Amino acid sequence: MIRDDDVRHVAELARLELDEQEFERYAGQLSTILEHIDKISELDLSQVEPLLHVLDLESVMREDEPTPSLSREDALANGPEVQDGAFRVPPIVRE
Amino acid sequence: MSLLGYSVLEAREKLRQGEVSAVELAEAYLGQIERVEDEVNAYLHLDAERTLDEARRAGEGDGELAGLPTAIKDVLCTRGIPTTCGSRMLEKFVPVYTATCVDQVTAAGAVYLGKTNMDEFAMGSSTENSAFGPTRNPWDTGRVPGGSSGGSAAAVAAGEAPWALGTDTGGSIRQPAAFCGVVGFKPTYGAVSRYGLVAFASSFDQVGPITRTVRDAALMFRFLVGKDPRDSTSVALPGKPQVPGDGSLEGVRIGVVAELSGEGIDAVVRRVFEEALAALEGAGAAIGEAAMPHAEYCIPAYYILAPAEASANLARYDGVRYGFRAEGAGDVIEMYEHTRGAGFGDEVKRRIMLGTYALSAGYYEAYYGQAQKVRRLVRQDFETAFGEFDFLVSPTTPTTAFALGEKVDDPLTMYMSDVCTTPANLAGTPAISIPAGLAEGLPVGLQIFGRACEDEKLLEAAHAAEQAIGFDAVPPLLAEVI
Repeated sequence: MIRDDDVRHVAELARLELDEQEFERYAGQLSTILEHIDKISELDLSQVEPLLHVLDLESVMREDEPTPSLSREDALANGPEVQDGAFRVPPIVRE
Repeated sequence: MSLLGYSVLEAREKLRQGEVSAVELAEAYLGQIERVEDEVNAYLHLDAERTLDEARRAGEGDGELAGLPTAIKDVLCTRGIPTTCGSRMLEKFVPVYTATCVDQVTAAGAVYLGKTNMDEFAMGSSTENSAFGPTRNPWDTGRVPGGSSGGSAAAVAAGEAPWALGTDTGGSIRQPAAFCGVVGFKPTYGAVSRYGLVAFASSFDQVGPITRTVRDAALMFRFLVGKDPRDSTSVALPGKPQVPGDGSLEGVRIGVVAELSGEGIDAVVRRVFEEALAALEGAGAAIGEAAMPHAEYCIPAYYILAPAEASANLARYDGVRYGFRAEGAGDVIEMYEHTRGAGFGDEVKRRIMLGTYALSAGYYEAYYGQAQKVRRLVRQDFETAFGEFDFLVSPTTPTTAFALGEKVDDPLTMYMSDVCTTPANLAGTPAISIPAGLAEGLPVGLQIFGRACEDEKLLEAAHAAEQAIGFDAVPPLLAEVI
């Protein structure tokens, strides 16, 4: 069972503003989903290695050679608020 | 016969013989869109002028896909063409680059037809989670087309596109293909570059074709594959895949996955599935029973791992560099919270919450770590079964297409519609859904799983199975014009 406090904590971690109805709805729905997910605890997994990648790829390295990338103009093209060639955001540190 | 009645390969033959022009072909599809799109709502973006322009130009080219109109799921970036992912968050987003797979089909001469509707950020099994309204199933417009590639599947079924690109994270190509009576192919993980595919769950996401026939799927697949320096998880398959010729199922060992074919599968679906098996047996296949002992743990493992990856991937929607930004916030944290609260829809928020919870301190080992272990067990199940069988089969979905609104308020029930499809994503193996027949007027899909990196063999077998089954029904709104 996921508690109301947990839901609020998780929403804060995820930077999601939720209204009271959403908190209530997600608390109930997440509890139901997690109850089903808890089925995994039936299994003895103590001897099983986690599967990190389906293709068992080794670390993929390439030569570090500079190649053309997005122009500044393209990179800024979708910015909600652009000023002087940069993304403008509200204050980061409050007075 | 109307051009809409042809498979892509047949249409291409007509183009090559000069019996029709690329413009005529494009006009036929634009005409059907004009006629039925209000009912189906398969597309989020259409640009008839662009389509006709490209058809005019491509018609003169000699690319292998020259002049073939192609619909693209709106999760694939297209330079200069809006890419919304079915979300308010990206309503005004216009990519500055194009996905590798789209570039490759375009370079072969394919013509832009439109961007198709989808569940927001590919999260859902009904296309009801699109911020721009649901797509409707062409077989019965009171029902869902499946999801998340519901727009692509519905467009192909309704004759609004000869073929389409989709993406499959937990079944999002195969499940809508099954619901709409078309072919949907999820390749081996890594076979198709994910560069330019807007990420949902990166260790699962895979691009693939939705088509009317298996041979058409193989034709498109030829131009999707390849190792891409821009996607370090992409791999080169051995050789460029070929379009299968007339194959045979003689002596092919096919294992029916018991856990995905019995309990929990609707009786009407089971009946059509069994008829399809009889057809495969009639064509010479040796049918046996295969076991997937960890099948019942696939949904629990998938719904930890995929939301966990999603919660990390969707952190990028912060209102800074692209997409929606909520106005009036006092500081940057408030701006993030307002932007994400207002920009994301219900299911996306639910999955971000679920994934963030599963990754949060104190729960990581209990959920994420355990689910990764289950993932290994599922892959071992496949390896064991493939020791005994060449291919595995099951119904693609436990039910036929359900009614609009029926499951939208009950997430767990909605998640269970992925029960037969998630195993392939967990294990990374290729899988295809082909039409098996109709149950009470609605399509049923036969799913065939192949060995990892043996996509071409899977397509050969699926083509032979398709011939043995002989499904040729189309929904009424297409039947009346061909």
